Amino acid sequence: MPHSHILKAFDRDLAELDAKIMRMGELAEEELKGALKALRKRDPEKAETVIVKDRQVDSLEQNIEDDTVRIIIRHQPLADDLRQVIGAMKTAGELERIGDLAKNIARRVITLASEKPPKPLKKGLKRMGKQVIAQLHDVLEAYATRDAQKAVEVWRRDEEIDEAYNALFRELLTYMMEDPRTIGLCTHLLFGARNLERIGDHVTNIAENVYYMVTGDKLDASRPKSDATANILPRLDDEDDEDDEDDF
Amino acid sequence: MTENRDKQAETADAAAPAADDARAAAETAKEETANLPAERQGPKPKLDIRNLNFYYGTHQALKNINLKIPEKQVMAFIGPSGCGKSTLLRTFNRIYSLYPNQRAEGEIWMDGQNILGKDVDVNLLRAKVGMVFQKPAPFPMSVFDNIAFGIRLYERLPKAELEERVEQALRRAALWDEVKDKLHKSGAALSGGQQQRLCIARAIAVKPEVILLDEPTSALDPISTARIEELVMELSEDYTIVIVTHNMQQAARISDRTAFMYLGEIIEEGETDQIFTAPREEKTQAYITGRFG
Repeated sequence: MPHSHILKAFDRDLAELDAKIMRMGELAEEELKGALKALRKRDPEKAETVIVKDRQVDSLEQNIEDDTVRIIIRHQPLADDLRQVIGAMKTAGELERIGDLAKNIARRVITLASEKPPKPLKKGLKRMGKQVIAQLHDVLEAYATRDAQKAVEVWRRDEEIDEAYNALFRELLTYMMEDPRTIGLCTHLLFGARNLERIGDHVTNIAENVYYMVTGDKLDASRPKSDATANILPRLDDEDDEDDEDDF
Repeated sequence: MTENRDKQAETADAAAPAADDARAAAETAKEETANLPAERQGPKPKLDIRNLNFYYGTHQALKNINLKIPEKQVMAFIGPSGCGKSTLLRTFNRIYSLYPNQRAEGEIWMDGQNILGKDVDVNLLRAKVGMVFQKPAPFPMSVFDNIAFGIRLYERLPKAELEERVEQALRRAALWDEVKDKLHKSGAALSGGQQQRLCIARAIAVKPEVILLDEPTSALDPISTARIEELVMELSEDYTIVIVTHNMQQAARISDRTAFMYLGEIIEEGETDQIFTAPREEKTQAYITGRFG
Protein backbone atom coordinates (compact mmCIF):
# COMPACT_ATOMS: atom_id res chain seq x y z
CA MET A 1 0.00 0.00 0.00
CA PRO A 2 1.56 3.25 -1.13
CA HIS A 3 0.02 5.63 1.44
CA SER A 4 -1.29 5.01 4.88
CA HIS A 5 -4.83 5.96 5.83
CA ILE A 6 -5.50 8.93 8.04
CA LEU A 7 -7.51 6.57 10.22
CA LYS A 8 -4.80 4.30 11.59
CA ALA A 9 -7.32 1.67 12.65
CA PHE A 10 -8.12 1.14 8.96
CA ASP A 11 -4.49 0.28 8.17
CA ARG A 12 -4.30 -2.02 11.16
CA ASP A 13 -7.47 -3.87 10.18
CA LEU A 14 -6.35 -4.35 6.57
CA ALA A 15 -2.91 -5.60 7.62
CA GLU A 16 -4.49 -8.04 10.03
CA LEU A 17 -6.82 -9.29 7.32
CA ASP A 18 -3.85 -9.95 5.04
CA ALA A 19 -2.00 -11.75 7.80
CA LYS A 20 -4.97 -14.00 8.49
CA ILE A 21 -5.31 -14.94 4.82
CA MET A 22 -1.61 -15.84 4.80
CA ARG A 23 -2.00 -17.91 7.92
CA MET A 24 -4.99 -19.67 6.43
CA GLY A 25 -3.10 -20.32 3.19
CA GLU A 26 -0.20 -21.74 5.13
CA LEU A 27 -2.49 -24.09 7.03
CA ALA A 28 -4.22 -25.24 3.83
CA GLU A 29 -0.82 -25.88 2.27
CA GLU A 30 0.30 -27.90 5.29
CA GLU A 31 -2.96 -29.81 5.16
CA LEU A 32 -2.49 -30.69 1.50
CA LYS A 33 1.13 -31.72 1.98
CA GLY A 34 0.14 -33.83 4.97
CA ALA A 35 -2.67 -35.56 3.09
CA LEU A 36 -0.42 -36.45 0.17
CA LYS A 37 2.33 -37.67 2.44
CA ALA A 38 -0.16 -39.81 4.34
CA LEU A 39 -1.37 -41.21 1.03
CA ARG A 40 2.14 -41.98 -0.13
CA LYS A 41 3.18 -43.67 3.12
CA ARG A 42 -0.27 -45.15 3.76
CA ASP A 43 -0.13 -43.60 7.20
CA PRO A 44 -3.58 -43.29 8.82
CA GLU A 45 -2.20 -41.47 11.87
CA LYS A 46 -0.77 -38.72 9.71
CA ALA A 47 -4.12 -38.59 7.92
CA GLU A 48 -5.85 -38.00 11.26
CA THR A 49 -3.68 -34.96 11.96
CA VAL A 50 -4.75 -33.52 8.61
CA ILE A 51 -8.40 -33.93 9.52
CA VAL A 52 -7.80 -32.14 12.81
CA LYS A 53 -5.93 -29.32 11.08
CA ASP A 54 -8.90 -28.73 8.80
CA ARG A 55 -10.90 -27.49 11.79
CA GLN A 56 -8.41 -24.67 12.23
CA VAL A 57 -8.82 -23.72 8.60
CA ASP A 58 -12.60 -23.69 8.98
CA SER A 59 -12.57 -21.53 12.08
CA LEU A 60 -10.11 -19.13 10.49
CA GLU A 61 -12.44 -18.74 7.53
CA GLN A 62 -15.24 -17.82 9.92
CA ASN A 63 -12.93 -15.39 11.63
CA ILE A 64 -11.96 -13.75 8.32
CA GLU A 65 -15.59 -13.48 7.31
CA ASP A 66 -16.40 -11.68 10.56
CA ASP A 67 -13.44 -9.36 10.02
CA THR A 68 -14.47 -8.43 6.50
CA VAL A 69 -18.00 -7.63 7.63
CA ARG A 70 -16.56 -5.49 10.40
CA ILE A 71 -14.24 -3.67 8.00
CA ILE A 72 -17.11 -2.98 5.62
CA ILE A 73 -19.18 -1.50 8.46
CA ARG A 74 -16.36 0.38 10.09
CA HIS A 75 -14.42 1.76 7.18
CA GLN A 76 -16.68 1.59 4.15
CA PRO A 77 -13.71 0.62 1.94
CA LEU A 78 -13.43 1.94 -1.62
CA ALA A 79 -11.18 1.33 -4.64
CA ASP A 80 -8.14 -0.86 -3.82
CA ASP A 81 -9.29 -1.20 -0.22
CA LEU A 82 -12.65 -2.48 -1.39
CA ARG A 83 -10.99 -4.91 -3.76
CA GLN A 84 -8.75 -6.17 -0.99
CA VAL A 85 -11.65 -6.82 1.34
CA ILE A 86 -13.75 -8.56 -1.32
CA GLY A 87 -10.68 -10.50 -2.50
CA ALA A 88 -9.91 -11.63 1.04
CA MET A 89 -13.43 -12.84 1.66
CA LYS A 90 -13.53 -14.79 -1.59
CA THR A 91 -10.03 -16.19 -1.10
CA ALA A 92 -10.91 -17.38 2.39
CA GLY A 93 -13.79 -19.31 0.81
CA GLU A 94 -11.48 -20.91 -1.74
CA LEU A 95 -8.93 -21.86 0.92
CA GLU A 96 -11.65 -23.41 3.02
CA ARG A 97 -12.66 -25.60 0.05
CA ILE A 98 -9.03 -26.52 -0.56
CA GLY A 99 -8.81 -27.60 3.07
CA ASP A 100 -11.93 -29.72 2.70
CA LEU A 101 -10.59 -31.44 -0.40
CA ALA A 102 -7.29 -32.18 1.31
CA LYS A 103 -9.22 -33.57 4.26
CA ASN A 104 -11.15 -35.75 1.83
CA ILE A 105 -7.90 -37.20 0.50
CA ALA A 106 -6.83 -37.87 4.08
CA ARG A 107 -10.08 -39.73 4.80
CA ARG A 108 -9.41 -42.04 1.84
CA VAL A 109 -5.99 -42.82 3.28
CA ILE A 110 -7.69 -44.19 6.37
CA THR A 111 -9.93 -46.40 4.23
CA LEU A 112 -7.06 -47.55 2.02
CA ALA A 113 -4.50 -48.19 4.75
CA SER A 114 -4.25 -51.93 4.04
CA GLU A 115 -4.25 -51.74 0.24
CA LYS A 116 -1.12 -51.50 -1.84
CA PRO A 117 -1.40 -49.31 -4.93
CA PRO A 118 0.64 -50.26 -8.01
CA LYS A 119 3.93 -48.37 -8.21
CA PRO A 120 3.39 -46.42 -11.44
CA LEU A 121 0.11 -45.12 -10.09
CA LYS A 122 1.76 -43.87 -6.92
CA LYS A 123 4.26 -42.05 -9.07
CA GLY A 124 1.57 -40.37 -11.14
CA LEU A 125 -0.34 -39.18 -8.08
CA LYS A 126 2.84 -37.96 -6.43
CA ARG A 127 3.74 -35.91 -9.48
CA MET A 128 0.30 -34.39 -9.71
CA GLY A 129 0.33 -33.65 -5.97
CA LYS A 130 3.64 -31.83 -6.30
CA GLN A 131 2.27 -29.70 -9.11
CA VAL A 132 -0.78 -28.73 -7.09
CA ILE A 133 1.27 -27.89 -4.00
CA ALA A 134 3.56 -25.68 -6.09
CA GLN A 135 0.54 -23.92 -7.60
CA LEU A 136 -0.97 -23.25 -4.19
CA HIS A 137 2.35 -22.00 -2.87
CA ASP A 138 2.84 -19.68 -5.81
CA VAL A 139 -0.63 -18.21 -5.70
CA LEU A 140 -0.22 -17.42 -2.01
CA GLU A 141 3.09 -15.77 -2.83
CA ALA A 142 1.35 -13.73 -5.52
CA TYR A 143 -1.31 -12.76 -2.97
CA ALA A 144 1.22 -11.72 -0.35
CA THR A 145 3.25 -9.62 -2.76
CA ARG A 146 0.30 -8.39 -4.83
CA ASP A 147 1.99 -9.75 -7.95
CA ALA A 148 -0.55 -9.78 -10.80
CA GLN A 149 1.94 -11.26 -13.26
CA LYS A 150 2.65 -14.19 -11.01
CA ALA A 151 -1.08 -14.72 -10.54
CA VAL A 152 -1.53 -14.92 -14.32
CA GLU A 153 1.25 -17.49 -14.55
CA VAL A 154 -0.38 -19.68 -11.92
CA TRP A 155 -3.71 -19.27 -13.66
CA ARG A 156 -2.26 -20.48 -16.98
CA ARG A 157 -0.41 -23.40 -15.43
CA ASP A 158 -3.63 -25.02 -14.24
CA GLU A 159 -3.79 -26.55 -17.70
CA GLU A 160 -0.87 -28.79 -16.76
CA ILE A 161 -2.77 -30.09 -13.76
CA ASP A 162 -5.79 -30.82 -15.88
CA GLU A 163 -3.57 -32.77 -18.26
CA ALA A 164 -2.00 -34.73 -15.42
CA TYR A 165 -5.48 -35.57 -14.21
CA ASN A 166 -6.55 -36.77 -17.67
CA ALA A 167 -3.50 -39.01 -17.84
CA LEU A 168 -4.13 -40.46 -14.39
CA PHE A 169 -7.76 -40.99 -15.23
CA ARG A 170 -6.88 -43.07 -18.29
CA GLU A 171 -4.28 -44.98 -16.38
CA LEU A 172 -6.70 -45.85 -13.59
CA LEU A 173 -9.33 -46.96 -16.08
CA THR A 174 -6.82 -49.27 -17.67
CA TYR A 175 -5.98 -50.88 -14.33
CA MET A 176 -9.62 -51.36 -13.49
CA MET A 177 -10.36 -52.95 -16.83
CA GLU A 178 -7.36 -55.22 -16.59
CA ASP A 179 -8.09 -56.41 -13.10
CA PRO A 180 -11.53 -55.83 -11.59
CA ARG A 181 -10.15 -56.62 -8.11
CA THR A 182 -8.47 -53.21 -8.19
CA ILE A 183 -11.72 -51.35 -8.79
CA GLY A 184 -12.19 -50.46 -5.10
CA LEU A 185 -8.69 -49.12 -4.71
CA CYS A 186 -8.62 -47.39 -8.07
CA THR A 187 -11.94 -45.66 -7.46
CA HIS A 188 -10.57 -44.13 -4.27
CA LEU A 189 -7.42 -43.05 -6.04
CA LEU A 190 -9.51 -41.64 -8.86
CA PHE A 191 -11.44 -39.51 -6.43
CA GLY A 192 -8.15 -38.51 -4.82
CA ALA A 193 -6.88 -37.35 -8.18
CA ARG A 194 -10.18 -35.62 -8.78
CA ASN A 195 -9.79 -33.77 -5.46
CA LEU A 196 -6.34 -32.60 -6.51
CA GLU A 197 -7.73 -31.38 -9.81
CA ARG A 198 -10.44 -29.46 -7.96
CA ILE A 199 -7.84 -27.91 -5.65
CA GLY A 200 -6.12 -26.72 -8.82
CA ASP A 201 -9.37 -25.03 -9.86
CA HIS A 202 -9.71 -23.29 -6.50
CA VAL A 203 -6.11 -22.11 -6.87
CA THR A 204 -6.97 -20.50 -10.20
CA ASN A 205 -9.92 -18.79 -8.52
CA ILE A 206 -7.51 -17.33 -5.98
CA ALA A 207 -5.27 -16.22 -8.87
CA GLU A 208 -8.27 -14.42 -10.34
CA ASN A 209 -8.93 -12.75 -6.98
CA VAL A 210 -5.32 -11.59 -6.78
CA TYR A 211 -5.44 -10.23 -10.30
CA TYR A 212 -8.61 -8.33 -9.52
CA MET A 213 -7.23 -6.99 -6.25
CA VAL A 214 -4.11 -5.66 -7.94
CA THR A 215 -5.43 -4.41 -11.26
CA GLY A 216 -9.16 -3.93 -10.79
CA ASP A 217 -9.73 -6.02 -13.92
CA LYS A 218 -11.27 -9.45 -14.19
CA LEU A 219 -9.20 -12.41 -15.32
CA ASP A 220 -11.92 -14.70 -16.53
CA ALA A 221 -11.65 -14.51 -20.30
CA SER A 222 -10.50 -17.81 -21.72
CA ARG A 223 -8.38 -20.01 -19.61
CA PRO A 224 -8.00 -23.22 -21.59
CA LYS A 225 -10.04 -25.88 -19.79
CA SER A 226 -8.33 -29.16 -20.32
CA ASP A 227 -10.23 -31.51 -18.07
CA ALA A 228 -11.33 -33.83 -20.85
CA THR A 229 -12.31 -36.74 -18.65
CA ALA A 230 -16.00 -36.14 -19.28
CA ASN A 231 -15.38 -37.37 -22.82
CA ILE A 232 -13.56 -40.53 -21.90
CA LEU A 233 -15.40 -43.85 -21.86
CA PRO A 234 -16.56 -45.72 -19.88
CA ARG A 235 -18.65 -42.76 -18.84
CA LEU A 236 -18.83 -41.62 -15.31
CA ASP A 237 -21.80 -39.55 -14.28
CA ASP A 238 -19.64 -36.60 -13.66
CA GLU A 239 -22.11 -33.72 -13.58
CA ASP A 240 -19.80 -31.35 -11.92
CA ASP A 241 -20.69 -27.80 -11.19
CA GLU A 242 -18.92 -25.06 -9.32
CA ASP A 243 -20.91 -25.11 -6.13
CA ASP A 244 -21.11 -28.82 -5.48
CA GLU A 245 -19.80 -29.97 -2.17
CA ASP A 246 -16.81 -31.91 -3.49
CA ASP A 247 -17.16 -34.24 -0.53
CA PHE A 248 -17.68 -37.61 -2.08
CA MET B 1 9.14 -12.67 -0.47
CA THR B 2 8.61 -15.81 1.52
CA GLU B 3 9.97 -14.02 4.54
CA ASN B 4 7.34 -11.41 4.06
CA ARG B 5 4.64 -14.04 4.12
CA ASP B 6 6.08 -15.75 7.15
CA LYS B 7 6.05 -12.50 9.03
CA GLN B 8 2.44 -11.86 8.16
CA ALA B 9 1.54 -15.40 9.05
CA GLU B 10 3.14 -14.99 12.45
CA THR B 11 0.92 -12.05 13.29
CA ALA B 12 -2.12 -14.10 12.47
CA ASP B 13 -0.92 -17.07 14.49
CA ALA B 14 -2.72 -15.94 17.55
CA ALA B 15 -5.94 -15.53 15.61
CA ALA B 16 -5.98 -18.95 13.96
CA PRO B 17 -7.07 -21.35 16.65
CA ALA B 18 -8.58 -18.43 18.52
CA ALA B 19 -12.14 -18.90 17.35
CA ASP B 20 -12.76 -22.03 19.43
CA ASP B 21 -10.96 -20.61 22.42
CA ALA B 22 -12.84 -17.34 22.09
CA ARG B 23 -16.15 -19.14 22.11
CA ALA B 24 -15.17 -21.08 25.21
CA ALA B 25 -13.90 -17.91 26.86
CA ALA B 26 -17.12 -16.10 26.03
CA GLU B 27 -19.10 -18.90 27.67
CA THR B 28 -16.99 -18.74 30.80
CA ALA B 29 -17.15 -14.96 30.83
CA LYS B 30 -20.93 -15.09 30.58
CA GLU B 31 -21.12 -17.39 33.57
CA GLU B 32 -18.74 -15.23 35.52
CA THR B 33 -20.42 -11.89 34.86
CA ALA B 34 -23.75 -13.35 35.90
CA ASN B 35 -22.37 -13.61 39.43
CA LEU B 36 -20.77 -10.17 39.50
CA PRO B 37 -22.33 -7.20 41.22
CA ALA B 38 -24.07 -4.88 38.76
CA GLU B 39 -21.38 -2.21 38.74
CA ARG B 40 -18.76 -4.66 37.50
CA GLN B 41 -20.70 -5.88 34.50
CA GLY B 42 -19.39 -4.31 31.29
CA PRO B 43 -17.44 -1.05 31.13
CA LYS B 44 -18.05 1.42 33.92
CA PRO B 45 -20.62 4.07 32.98
CA LYS B 46 -19.34 7.64 33.08
CA LEU B 47 -22.80 9.08 32.62
CA ASP B 48 -25.93 7.33 33.83
CA ILE B 49 -29.09 8.92 32.51
CA ARG B 50 -32.28 8.01 34.31
CA ASN B 51 -35.85 8.88 33.32
CA LEU B 52 -34.77 12.06 31.57
CA ASN B 53 -37.46 14.30 30.07
CA PHE B 54 -36.74 17.59 28.39
CA TYR B 55 -39.01 20.49 27.47
CA TYR B 56 -38.70 23.50 25.20
CA GLY B 57 -41.53 25.50 26.78
CA THR B 58 -44.46 23.13 26.50
CA HIS B 59 -42.92 20.99 23.76
CA GLN B 60 -41.45 17.77 25.07
CA ALA B 61 -38.24 17.05 23.16
CA LEU B 62 -36.95 14.06 25.15
CA LYS B 63 -39.15 11.29 26.48
CA ASN B 64 -38.06 9.15 29.36
CA ILE B 65 -34.45 8.58 28.33
CA ASN B 66 -32.56 5.85 30.15
CA LEU B 67 -29.00 5.32 29.03
CA LYS B 68 -25.56 4.51 30.34
CA ILE B 69 -22.56 6.05 28.62
CA PRO B 70 -19.42 3.99 29.26
CA GLU B 71 -16.21 5.60 30.40
CA LYS B 72 -13.40 6.15 27.89
CA GLN B 73 -15.36 5.00 24.90
CA VAL B 74 -16.99 6.79 21.99
CA MET B 75 -20.79 6.89 22.08
CA ALA B 76 -22.57 8.11 18.95
CA PHE B 77 -26.12 9.43 18.70
CA ILE B 78 -27.74 9.07 15.32
CA GLY B 79 -31.24 9.82 14.08
CA PRO B 80 -33.17 12.16 11.78
CA SER B 81 -33.24 15.92 12.32
CA GLY B 82 -35.29 16.93 15.31
CA CYS B 83 -35.11 13.53 17.00
CA GLY B 84 -33.55 15.03 20.11
CA LYS B 85 -29.95 13.89 19.79
CA SER B 86 -28.45 17.38 20.16
CA THR B 87 -30.91 18.18 22.92
CA LEU B 88 -29.76 15.10 24.81
CA LEU B 89 -26.11 16.06 24.33
CA ARG B 90 -26.86 19.56 25.65
CA THR B 91 -28.16 18.19 28.94
CA PHE B 92 -24.78 16.65 29.79
CA ASN B 93 -23.19 20.02 30.50
CA ARG B 94 -26.46 21.86 31.18
CA ILE B 95 -25.74 24.29 28.42
CA TYR B 96 -29.51 24.46 27.83
CA SER B 97 -29.88 26.36 31.10
CA LEU B 98 -28.43 29.42 29.36
CA TYR B 99 -31.78 29.72 27.61
CA PRO B 100 -35.13 30.60 29.15
CA ASN B 101 -38.01 28.11 29.01
CA GLN B 102 -35.79 25.08 28.60
CA ARG B 103 -35.88 22.52 31.37
CA ALA B 104 -34.82 18.99 32.10
CA GLU B 105 -36.47 16.53 34.48
CA GLY B 106 -34.91 13.32 35.69
CA GLU B 107 -31.38 12.44 36.70
CA ILE B 108 -27.98 12.29 35.07
CA TRP B 109 -25.39 10.73 37.34
CA MET B 110 -21.69 11.38 36.87
CA ASP B 111 -19.12 10.24 39.43
CA GLY B 112 -21.74 9.80 42.11
CA GLN B 113 -23.39 13.17 41.58
CA ASN B 114 -26.67 14.03 39.88
CA ILE B 115 -25.51 16.80 37.53
CA LEU B 116 -29.07 18.06 37.10
CA GLY B 117 -29.22 18.72 40.85
CA LYS B 118 -29.71 22.27 42.18
CA ASP B 119 -26.45 22.36 44.12
CA VAL B 120 -24.25 21.63 41.09
CA ASP B 121 -21.68 24.30 40.16
CA VAL B 122 -22.45 24.65 36.47
CA ASN B 123 -19.09 26.24 35.68
CA LEU B 124 -17.20 23.35 37.21
CA LEU B 125 -19.48 20.95 35.39
CA ARG B 126 -18.65 22.61 32.08
CA ALA B 127 -14.94 22.35 32.81
CA LYS B 128 -15.44 18.64 33.39
CA VAL B 129 -17.68 18.22 30.36
CA GLY B 130 -16.23 20.03 27.35
CA MET B 131 -18.14 20.73 24.18
CA VAL B 132 -17.33 21.27 20.51
CA PHE B 133 -19.96 22.57 18.12
CA GLN B 134 -20.89 22.03 14.50
CA LYS B 135 -19.38 25.24 13.19
CA PRO B 136 -15.83 25.81 14.36
CA ALA B 137 -16.06 28.91 16.52
CA PRO B 138 -12.63 30.13 17.53
CA PHE B 139 -12.63 33.19 19.76
CA PRO B 140 -11.58 36.38 17.95
CA MET B 141 -8.08 36.22 19.38
CA SER B 142 -4.76 34.54 18.69
CA VAL B 143 -4.31 30.76 18.45
CA PHE B 144 -2.44 30.85 21.75
CA ASP B 145 -5.08 32.91 23.55
CA ASN B 146 -7.87 30.71 22.26
CA ILE B 147 -6.42 27.91 24.34
CA ALA B 148 -5.07 30.00 27.23
CA PHE B 149 -8.42 31.76 27.72
CA GLY B 150 -10.18 28.68 29.05
CA ILE B 151 -7.26 27.70 31.27
CA ARG B 152 -7.12 31.19 32.81
CA LEU B 153 -10.80 30.93 33.73
CA TYR B 154 -10.12 28.02 36.04
CA GLU B 155 -6.47 28.23 37.02
CA ARG B 156 -3.77 30.81 37.68
CA LEU B 157 -0.57 29.51 36.15
CA PRO B 158 2.92 31.02 35.76
CA LYS B 159 3.65 31.96 32.15
CA ALA B 160 5.97 29.05 31.41
CA GLU B 161 3.49 26.55 32.74
CA LEU B 162 0.66 28.14 30.80
CA GLU B 163 2.69 27.92 27.61
CA GLU B 164 3.36 24.29 28.30
CA ARG B 165 -0.33 23.58 28.82
CA VAL B 166 -1.21 25.32 25.56
CA GLU B 167 1.40 23.30 23.68
CA GLN B 168 0.17 20.08 25.29
CA ALA B 169 -3.41 20.75 24.26
CA LEU B 170 -2.40 21.63 20.70
CA ARG B 171 -0.26 18.52 20.44
CA ARG B 172 -3.06 16.35 21.80
CA ALA B 173 -5.40 17.83 19.18
CA ALA B 174 -2.86 16.98 16.44
CA LEU B 175 -2.54 20.66 15.55
CA TRP B 176 0.79 21.70 17.08
CA ASP B 177 2.97 21.07 14.03
CA GLU B 178 0.67 23.12 11.84
CA VAL B 179 0.35 26.15 14.15
CA LYS B 180 3.55 26.29 16.20
CA ASP B 181 4.91 29.08 14.00
CA LYS B 182 1.72 31.13 14.08
CA LEU B 183 0.68 30.93 17.70
CA HIS B 184 0.14 34.64 17.85
CA LYS B 185 -1.79 34.95 14.64
CA SER B 186 -5.57 35.05 14.72
CA GLY B 187 -7.37 31.74 15.22
CA ALA B 188 -9.82 32.78 12.51
CA ALA B 189 -7.00 32.68 9.94
CA LEU B 190 -6.76 28.89 10.18
CA SER B 191 -8.55 26.54 7.78
CA GLY B 192 -11.93 25.10 8.79
CA GLY B 193 -10.46 21.76 9.80
CA GLN B 194 -7.70 23.45 11.78
CA GLN B 195 -10.22 25.73 13.49
CA GLN B 196 -12.22 22.69 14.57
CA ARG B 197 -9.11 21.05 15.96
CA LEU B 198 -8.36 24.33 17.71
CA CYS B 199 -11.79 24.12 19.34
CA ILE B 200 -11.05 20.55 20.42
CA ALA B 201 -7.69 21.70 21.81
CA ARG B 202 -9.52 24.47 23.69
CA ALA B 203 -11.88 21.89 25.17
CA ILE B 204 -9.01 19.57 26.15
CA ALA B 205 -6.94 22.35 27.70
CA VAL B 206 -9.14 22.64 30.79
CA LYS B 207 -8.67 18.91 31.44
CA PRO B 208 -12.22 17.69 31.01
CA GLU B 209 -13.33 14.10 31.56
CA VAL B 210 -16.08 14.07 28.99
CA ILE B 211 -16.02 15.67 25.54
CA LEU B 212 -19.27 16.37 23.73
CA LEU B 213 -19.09 16.77 19.97
CA ASP B 214 -22.14 18.13 18.18
CA GLU B 215 -21.72 17.28 14.49
CA PRO B 216 -18.10 18.36 14.60
CA THR B 217 -17.29 17.59 10.96
CA SER B 218 -20.44 18.52 9.07
CA ALA B 219 -18.81 21.70 7.78
CA LEU B 220 -15.51 20.03 6.86
CA ASP B 221 -14.06 18.36 3.76
CA PRO B 222 -13.33 14.59 3.80
CA ILE B 223 -9.63 14.90 4.66
CA SER B 224 -10.22 17.30 7.56
CA THR B 225 -13.06 15.01 8.63
CA ALA B 226 -10.76 11.99 8.65
CA ARG B 227 -8.23 13.93 10.76
CA ILE B 228 -10.89 14.78 13.32
CA GLU B 229 -12.12 11.19 13.34
CA GLU B 230 -8.61 9.85 13.93
CA LEU B 231 -8.25 12.41 16.72
CA VAL B 232 -11.53 11.35 18.33
CA MET B 233 -10.43 7.71 18.31
CA GLU B 234 -7.12 8.63 19.91
CA LEU B 235 -8.76 10.83 22.53
CA SER B 236 -11.13 8.05 23.53
CA GLU B 237 -8.20 6.37 25.26
CA ASP B 238 -8.29 9.12 27.87
CA TYR B 239 -11.70 10.74 27.63
CA THR B 240 -15.33 9.72 27.47
CA ILE B 241 -16.62 10.99 24.16
CA VAL B 242 -20.19 11.54 23.05
CA ILE B 243 -20.74 12.53 19.44
CA VAL B 244 -23.88 13.58 17.62
CA THR B 245 -23.65 12.96 13.90
CA HIS B 246 -25.87 13.09 10.85
CA ASN B 247 -23.39 10.86 9.12
CA MET B 248 -24.12 7.23 9.96
CA GLN B 249 -20.92 6.06 8.33
CA GLN B 250 -19.05 8.34 10.69
CA ALA B 251 -20.78 6.74 13.67
CA ALA B 252 -19.83 3.34 12.26
CA ARG B 253 -16.21 4.38 11.78
CA ILE B 254 -15.42 5.86 15.14
CA SER B 255 -17.89 4.85 17.83
CA ASP B 256 -17.86 1.90 20.20
CA ARG B 257 -21.56 2.18 20.89
CA THR B 258 -24.38 3.77 18.93
CA ALA B 259 -27.79 4.99 20.03
CA PHE B 260 -30.54 5.53 17.47
CA MET B 261 -33.04 8.21 18.44
CA TYR B 262 -36.42 9.02 16.97
CA LEU B 263 -39.05 11.54 18.08
CA GLY B 264 -37.36 12.18 21.39
CA GLU B 265 -36.89 8.54 22.34
CA ILE B 266 -33.99 6.13 22.23
CA ILE B 267 -35.23 3.40 19.93
CA GLU B 268 -32.16 1.22 20.19
CA GLU B 269 -28.73 1.37 21.76
CA GLY B 270 -25.95 -1.16 21.48
CA GLU B 271 -22.48 -2.02 20.25
CA THR B 272 -21.83 -0.20 16.98
CA ASP B 273 -21.03 -3.40 15.07
CA GLN B 274 -24.32 -4.93 16.20
CA ILE B 275 -26.40 -1.83 15.41
CA PHE B 276 -25.01 -1.70 11.88
CA THR B 277 -25.05 -5.43 11.06
CA ALA B 278 -28.11 -6.68 12.86
CA PRO B 279 -30.24 -3.97 14.45
CA ARG B 280 -32.97 -5.42 16.62
CA GLU B 281 -35.57 -2.73 15.96
CA GLU B 282 -37.33 -2.33 12.65
CA LYS B 283 -37.11 1.47 12.87
CA THR B 284 -33.34 1.35 13.30
CA GLN B 285 -33.06 -0.98 10.32
CA ALA B 286 -35.20 1.34 8.19
CA TYR B 287 -33.20 4.42 9.17
CA ILE B 288 -29.72 3.05 8.66
CA THR B 289 -30.60 1.48 5.32
CA GLY B 290 -32.19 4.67 4.01
CA ARG B 291 -35.75 3.32 3.91
CA PHE B 292 -37.20 5.77 6.37
CA GLY B 293 -40.83 6.79 5.73
